Parts: sequence; structure tokens; C-alpha cells
Amino acid sequence: MSEKKENKTELTCIRCPIGCLLTVTERSDGTLDVEGNTCKRGEEYGRKELSNPTRIVTSTVRVKNGSHFMVSVKTKEDVPKGKMKDCIEALKGIEVEAPIHIGEVILSNVAGTGVDIVATKSVERR
Amino acid sequence: MDRKAEIVIVGGGPAGLAAAAAAYKRGIDAEKIWIIERDKELGGILNQCIHNGFGLHTFKEELTGPEYAARYISQVKEIGISCLLQTIVVDIQADADGKKRVVAMNRKDGLFEIETEAVILAMGCRERPRGALNIPGYRPAGIYSAGTAQHYVNIEGRMPGKEVVILGSGDIGLIMARRMTLEGAKVKLVAELMPYSGGLKRNIVQCLDDFGIPLKLSHTVIDIDGKERVKGVTVAQVDENRKPIPGTEEYISCDTLLLSCGLIPENELSTGMGVTLNPVTSGPVVNESLETNIPGVFACGNVLHVHDLVDYVSEEAENAGCHAADYVRRMEKGEGGKAAKEAKEAGKEAGKGKEEGGMAIPVKCAGGVRYTVPSLVRPSCMQEEQIIRFRVGNVYKNAVLTVQFDDTVVMKINKRVMAPGEMEQIKLKKSKLEEFPGLGEITVVVEESRL
Repeated sequence: MSEKKENKTELTCIRCPIGCLLTVTERSDGTLDVEGNTCKRGEEYGRKELSNPTRIVTSTVRVKNGSHFMVSVKTKEDVPKGKMKDCIEALKGIEVEAPIHIGEVILSNVAGTGVDIVATKSVERR
Repeated sequence: MDRKAEIVIVGGGPAGLAAAAAAYKRGIDAEKIWIIERDKELGGILNQCIHNGFGLHTFKEELTGPEYAARYISQVKEIGISCLLQTIVVDIQADADGKKRVVAMNRKDGLFEIETEAVILAMGCRERPRGALNIPGYRPAGIYSAGTAQHYVNIEGRMPGKEVVILGSGDIGLIMARRMTLEGAKVKLVAELMPYSGGLKRNIVQCLDDFGIPLKLSHTVIDIDGKERVKGVTVAQVDENRKPIPGTEEYISCDTLLLSCGLIPENELSTGMGVTLNPVTSGPVVNESLETNIPGVFACGNVLHVHDLVDYVSEEAENAGCHAADYVRRMEKGEGGKAAKEAKEAGKEAGKGKEEGGMAIPVKCAGGVRYTVPSLVRPSCMQEEQIIRFRVGNVYKNAVLTVQFDDTVVMKINKRVMAPGEMEQIKLKKSKLEEFPGLGEITVVVEESRL
């Protein structure tokens, strides 16, 4: 959802559900100027989205002997946008033994991104 | 088995949890606060919302749904609030003396009653089903509401299908478009009846645009093909009256149709006890204290009006929790019988005339504003800053939002974009209201800028 106007790009910030409308201006020296954001994260998003777009990836992993079939997980930090599918693929076939604690590392260095996959829910042993 | 409580909270989702914690902090004993939840765990729908984007307002960090829920669940558990799981409330009654009787049941205790001073309605909402959409065709397997599909994928670990068409662009549908794509399904199209999306702009960006999933506005499903299992759907463009335009039909083969066509507050219990609903929100009519027309019955979260942000649900629920706690204290001081009687009289006129706490000023909508919550304000009961939440009924670019006290404009804000999918809010100052004695009504207006 980006619109080019000369060296200005209009973006919708996705860092939180407010969804600020950002205008990113590329200066002649290559630096990026972000306007329209209402917080620091918006400025960071505007810069990153034009240079190296990244996303947090969330998914689920099968649980053995747990109170739940699945445990929800996420990349601890954001990963390059192009690596999203690789992260999901890397989680297929993984099964973790309950109990699992929220924040626990489920898979380290997912798809060579240097980012860990962590649990976002605690699952008790059945 | 009969029990006594001071506050019974119906629903253990984000609204119920935040309301419970707030009521405790406001001075109600933990064992006098009861949360009744029908699921086997607390957290409500957050448990299946595994995506991130929750909590930026509340915790200043970006959490997933289960993480956001966990913060409130651990709070409620630490406090020691009584939680009844796998228990359903079947009826609530308000007695003449102001007390409420909550009838609930579960497998262990059977049918039982809890007597309480206050009730907080926090039942949430549910999805509009196929039956409410009038789509012709057989009833094959493969048609799910988006939230049901979300439950299958995220909780049960099963994929509902391989080739998907989504009708409606509500947030859950958009989130599921991404989720199913990442899990290997082909999401062929999101069709939206209205000329604008029902979901948040950011979800269109990160769930559709990121994956090249097309969104067709002013389009709907006019036929479902397949007898045992969905084989395909026929999609057509609609005119300004939302009627299909002949000649625009397109057949799309698919094995799954997801419906993301709106959420409806779940208020059967509320209407059963005589709570007045607002026909626009399908949620209770409430005053500044989030109190319904029945004194001591409060509402918060998606049962009151459907929110986009759980952060605002928590905030609203905390207010409801505090007001319920204050109500309980007032009743203890012996204002019980009198206040209940007075309020019952006032309740008959729903917001007109004198109520406990003085005159209620109606908050009215004009221009593009569809509704406000609250829709009544009693200045004497207001906190210094009163949040009024509302939605617009159409997309407005360069909109002007004004607040009028009778004919006087007291607030004017310019907005770049306002859309039905995004809840808005304004803050009323009590001190400002006091400058207008005898105020008849407050009006919230949204208009397109004439610039």
C-alpha cells in the first residue's frame, strides 16, 4: 500500500493498530525523513520499510503430552520480510514436549536469520 | 449450592479480566469478585489470536494475543479472584431490592445461583454466520466463519482447506488470509460488499499486500457451488445499492469459503434481564459510568460495542470495574433500596429526567457519526476526563470532527482519514462541561472538510 510521489512515499504504519499514515521523503543525500508518525516506532518503521522491510512472524507448533494440542510461537525479533515463509517451513514437523513456559526458546536461529522462535503461551503437562 | 458475591463478571476474556483486577484495586475483596467463563481457560478469543500487535498502549510493547492475555490472567490469579471455568451463565435477574441473582451451571456443581450487588457484562461478541448473509446454494462442507477457521488452525492445528475465498474484509478474515497463506493454502480473493474495507488499514497492508492477495471492494459471493464440499463460488460486482450487477459474475474454484462479515455483541443475557440495547451497536445503552439502564449492571468490551484494539477493551473494562466497585460501596452505605427504586423509575424513561447523580445529558451523533459510547453523561458522576468512543459510517478524507455543547462548538479536530473500520475517540473535560449549566445535549459531528 505505498504510493510514489516524486521522492515521497506514502505508507500505512503497521507497528500498532492505530495505523498512522506516514510520508517518507527521500532526501538528495539518500537519508529518509518520516512524517505523520505519532511515535518513535513509526519513524523506525518508515525508514526500515523503504530500506530493509522486516516482520514479526507468528505461528504454532505441535505439543506432546500437553494440555493443548498446539503452542503459539513468534520470532523474538523481526525478520526480513522475504524470510517469513522460510520461518514457517522451519517450524513444520517440530514437536515440543510439555510443559512449555511462555518466552521459552522453541527453535534457535530460525532459517538462518539469527533470530530465535519463542513460545507465546505456557502449556501445562497433561 | 448458593453463593454470595459483590461483583459477578460474566466472561473471562480481556474485558472480564481487566474489570476484575480493577475492581479489586478499587477495594473489593478478591473472594467477593467472581469471573464466570464458559471456556476451559481464561483469556477469551485472545488465545486464538496468535498474531502480534496487541498491548502497545497498555504495556508499551508489541505482544501476541496469548501473551497479552497471560499478563491479565497472572494478575487475576495472583490477586486470588474466584474464577469458575467451563461454567455458563443461563440467566440473570435484578430484584426489587437492587440485588442481582446470577443463575449458572457446570458439570461439577449443576445449576446454582450467585447473589451479587453488581454484575459486569463482559461476554464479548460473535461472528455473523452464513445464515444471516442470504447466500444461495447448497450447504456443503468448507464454509467457515473466519474465527472458526482461526480456531481450527491455531488451537486444533488443522487446516480447513487448500484453496480459499474470503467474503468480507473484517480483521479476522484479513489475519486468516495471511495465516492460511503462510501455512501453504492459496487465498485467491477477498471480496468485500462495501466500497471500503471493514478491517484496519494496517491489516490490509501486512496481511494482503505483503502476499499479493487481491481485495475486491464492492464485490460479493452470489452463489456457492458444490454439494458435499465447496467446489467454487460465483463472485459479482455490486452497485451502490449493494445489488449484483448482471454480467460481472466470475466463477472462482475453491474448496473453502471463509466469512468475515462483522461481529455482533452477544447480549441474550442482557436483554433477558431487561437491559436496553442500542440498535446501532447491538450493545447496551450506557452512561458515563458504563452502567446500563439497570443500576449496578455494567458493560464493557465487545459486548458493549465491537472494538478494534484490545488495549481499549482493557481500558474500558478497568473503568467498568472501578464503577462497579464504587456502586457496591454506595450500596453498603445503605443507599441501596432508595437508589435502586429511584433509578428504576428513571430507567423507565431511559436517560430522560433526573437520575441518581443528577441530570443525564444525551450524547448525540450527527454527520457521519454512527454511534457514541457512552450515549448519556451525568456531569456530577464524571471523572475529569471522559472518553467518548465512536465510529463513522463511511470513509471520510480530510474530515472535520467537532463537538458541540447545544449550539456551541467546543472542540474541532482535523483528521486526514476516518473509516468505519477504525474506532475513534474524544476526551470531554468535566471542567468544560461545568461552564455550560443547563446543557441540553452534546453532539459529536464528523463532516467532510469544505476546503
